[in-house]
Amino acid sequence: MSGTLDRIRPVVKKELRQIRRDPRTLVLLLAIPAFLLIMYGYALNFDVKHIKLVLCDQDQSRTSREFAGIFLGTEYFDLVGTIQDAAALDTLIDRGEARAGLVLPRGFGNDIAAGRSPAVQVLLDGSDPTTGATAIGYINTIALTYSVRVVTGRLDRLGISGTGLPIDLRPRVWYNPELRSVRFLIPGLMAFILMTVVVVSTAFSVVREKERGTMEQILVSPLRPLDLVAGKTIPYIFISIVSIHAVLFVAAFLFDVTIKGSYLWLLAVMLLFLIGGLGLGILISTIARSQQVAFMMAILLTMLPTFILSGFVFPIRNMPAAIQAVTYLVPARYFLSALRAILLKGAGLGAFWDQLVGLLGFAALMIAASAIRLRRGEG
Amino acid sequence: MPIMSIIHKEFAQIRRDRRMVFILFAAPVLQLILFGYAVNLDVRDIPAAVCDLDRSPEGREILAAFTNSGYFTVTARVGRLEEIDRLIDNGRAALAIVFPRGFGDDLRAGRQAAVQIVVDGTESRSALIGLNYAAMIIGRQSQKLLLETIVRRLPAGAFEPGLVDPAIRVWYNPELRSRTFMVPGVLALILLMMTMMLTSMAVVREKEMGTLEQLIVTPIRPWQLILGKLLPFVLVGLADVTLILGIATFWFRVPLRGSVLLLYGLSLIFMLSTLGLGLLISTVSQNQQQAMMTSAFTMMPMILLSGFAFPIENMPGVIQAVTYAIPLRYYIVVIRGIFLKGVGMAALWDEALAMLGLGAALLALSVVRFRKKIE
Repeated sequence: MSGTLDRIRPVVKKELRQIRRDPRTLVLLLAIPAFLLIMYGYALNFDVKHIKLVLCDQDQSRTSREFAGIFLGTEYFDLVGTIQDAAALDTLIDRGEARAGLVLPRGFGNDIAAGRSPAVQVLLDGSDPTTGATAIGYINTIALTYSVRVVTGRLDRLGISGTGLPIDLRPRVWYNPELRSVRFLIPGLMAFILMTVVVVSTAFSVVREKERGTMEQILVSPLRPLDLVAGKTIPYIFISIVSIHAVLFVAAFLFDVTIKGSYLWLLAVMLLFLIGGLGLGILISTIARSQQVAFMMAILLTMLPTFILSGFVFPIRNMPAAIQAVTYLVPARYFLSALRAILLKGAGLGAFWDQLVGLLGFAALMIAASAIRLRRGEG
Repeated sequence: MPIMSIIHKEFAQIRRDRRMVFILFAAPVLQLILFGYAVNLDVRDIPAAVCDLDRSPEGREILAAFTNSGYFTVTARVGRLEEIDRLIDNGRAALAIVFPRGFGDDLRAGRQAAVQIVVDGTESRSALIGLNYAAMIIGRQSQKLLLETIVRRLPAGAFEPGLVDPAIRVWYNPELRSRTFMVPGVLALILLMMTMMLTSMAVVREKEMGTLEQLIVTPIRPWQLILGKLLPFVLVGLADVTLILGIATFWFRVPLRGSVLLLYGLSLIFMLSTLGLGLLISTVSQNQQQAMMTSAFTMMPMILLSGFAFPIENMPGVIQAVTYAIPLRYYIVVIRGIFLKGVGMAALWDEALAMLGLGAALLALSVVRFRKKIE
C-alpha cells in the first residue's frame, strides 16, 4: 500500500504544480460552479405567468369588461393591446407580440343576462406546449368560476340561495409548497455545472502529455496505469469538494434549499458522481489523439446529455424505452434522483440506494476503462 | 492564392483524424436522433395514486373523468392515507387523489364535499400542470352537478344557465406536441456547439504547437489567415445544417412550414457570430486548456439563457437584458418561426439584424486582437 502511495505522490505533486502555475484555471474551478448557480437560480424558472394577451372586446358592455377584467386581474395574463378587428390577431400572434387573444363577441352582455351561452373565442399560440397547456387550464378555470358566479347570482335573485360549487378541491403540495421551480432546478443545475467542470478539467490530462511527447517518459517509468489515473484525479477531487460546498452554501443561503436528509450520504453521492466524471474525463483523454478532439468529445459527452437526458428539464418517463435505456449511461440521471431525494425530500437510503449503485457502477467502469487503455499503451 | 492553401491545410488536418471526421459529421446526426426523442415535455399519463376512503359512485365518476382525460394514469390504489407518503417518496406516484369518508353523502345531501389532491412539488413543472388539469376536471364535474341540482329543484324551462365556455383554438402546434417545438431548438444547440468548438481551438492550437510563428513569417496577411481558417468551418457548419435538417423533417416529421432558403441564409448569419465568438476565445487564450474552459463556460449560459428550455419572459429584468447579447437567442426565434409558424423575413428581420450586428462585431474584434498579437 505504501508503495502505491509513494508512486502516486509525485504524480499528485506534479499535477498540483501545474494547477498552481495556472491560477486562472484554479479560480475558475473553485468559483465558477457557485457563481453559475447564483445566476441560473435567479434566472431560470418554468412558471407560466404573464402570458401576453390581446383583447378584442366587440361588445364593450359592462359585463364584457367585467369578464375581461377577471383575466387581466390574474398574474397569468398581461394585456399587451386591445383591438377591434379580430383579424388583426393573426399578425400579432405571428410576430410573437401576443401569445393569446380573447375575443368577446357582440351581444356578450345580453347573452349572459338572458341565460344564453355567448360564443367566446380564445386564440392561443401553441408552439410552446408548456405555456399552451397551462394557459388552457387557466382559461377554462377562469371561465368556469365566472359561469358559476353568474348562475348562482341569478338563482339568488330567484330566491334559491345556498347554491354553489358542490365539490371543493383542496390541493396540497408536498416538499415544495409554493411550487417554486428553483427547488426543482437546483439539483439539476448542480449536476450540469459539476459535470462540465470536472470532465473539462481532466479531459486534457493525458492527451496533453501525448501531444507534447511527455507521455513516453511516463510509460517507461515504474508507474502503474491505475496509479497514474489516481494521481491525476486526486487533486481535482479535493478542488471539487471545495466547490461543492460553495454550491451547497449558495443553495442554502440564497435559495433556501437546505439539506433535509443526511449530509454524509449527500457527500457520498457527490463524491461518487465526481469520481465518475473525472474518470470519464481521463477516458476521453486516453481515446483522443489531439487536445481538440478531446475537447469536442468532452463537450459532446457531457453538456447536452447532462442537460437533456438526465431528467433535469425533460422527464425521463416521457422518453421512448430505447432512449430511457440510454439514460442509464448518464451519471447525472442517478445523481439527480439521489440529490432530489436527499436534498428536497429528506428521504433515507431506502429511497436512493439504487441511484448510489448506479453512480458506483459508472465510476468503477470509467476508472477501469481508462486504466486498461493506459496499460495497453494506447494512452 | 494563400487563402486556398490555408483552406486546404485545414481540411487535410480534419481528414487525417478519423475521430474528428466522426465528431463533425456523425455526432450531430446521432445527437439529434437521441435528443429529438428525449426532449418531450408533454404532461400526459401523470402517475396518480388513488385513496378512496368513501367508495361512492360519485367518487368513481370523478375518477373516471380523471382517467378518461388522458392526463392521468392510476398507478396505485391505497386504503390508507399514510401509504401515499411512500408512493410519492419513491416516485411511483406524482399525484394522489383522496376522497374522504362521507364524500358521496355530503354531495347527495347538498353539502359541499371536499376532494384532496396531493402533489409532489419537487417536480414543479409537472406538478403545476397536473394541478391545473385536476382543477379543470373537478371544476367541470362540479358544474355538472350544480346544473343537475338546478334541474331537480326548478320546473323544466324555468331557468337557463348560460355558461361561458370559451372555444379555444390553438395555432401552429394544435396538439401541443413538445417535440415539434423542441427539435428545431436542438438543431440550433448542435450548430452552436459544433461551430464554436471548432473555431475556439483554431488559433490557439497553432500557438501552442509553435506553428503560428511559421505562418506569421509567410507573406500571408492576418485577414487572409482568418478567412482561410473560417471558411472550412462554415462549410462544415452548412453540411451539419443539411444533415440535421434532413433528420428533423424526414425522421421526426417536424413540419417545415417556411422557406428552406431563408433558413440557410439566416443559419449562415448565425454562424458568423458563433465563429466570431470562437475565434475571439481562441485569440485571447494562452493555451488550449484555457480555450476549452472559456468556451465551455461561454456555451453553458448561452444554452440555458437562450430561451431553448426556459422562457425568457420569466427571467428577471437584468438577465433578460443579458440575453440580448446572446446570438442563440435570436436564432432560436428564427428557427422556430420558420419551422412552426412558416414566417418570412417580414417577421424575422430584427432577429436577422441583431445576429448580423453581433457576428460582425465579434469577428471584427477577433481580427483586431489577432493582428495586435502578431505585431
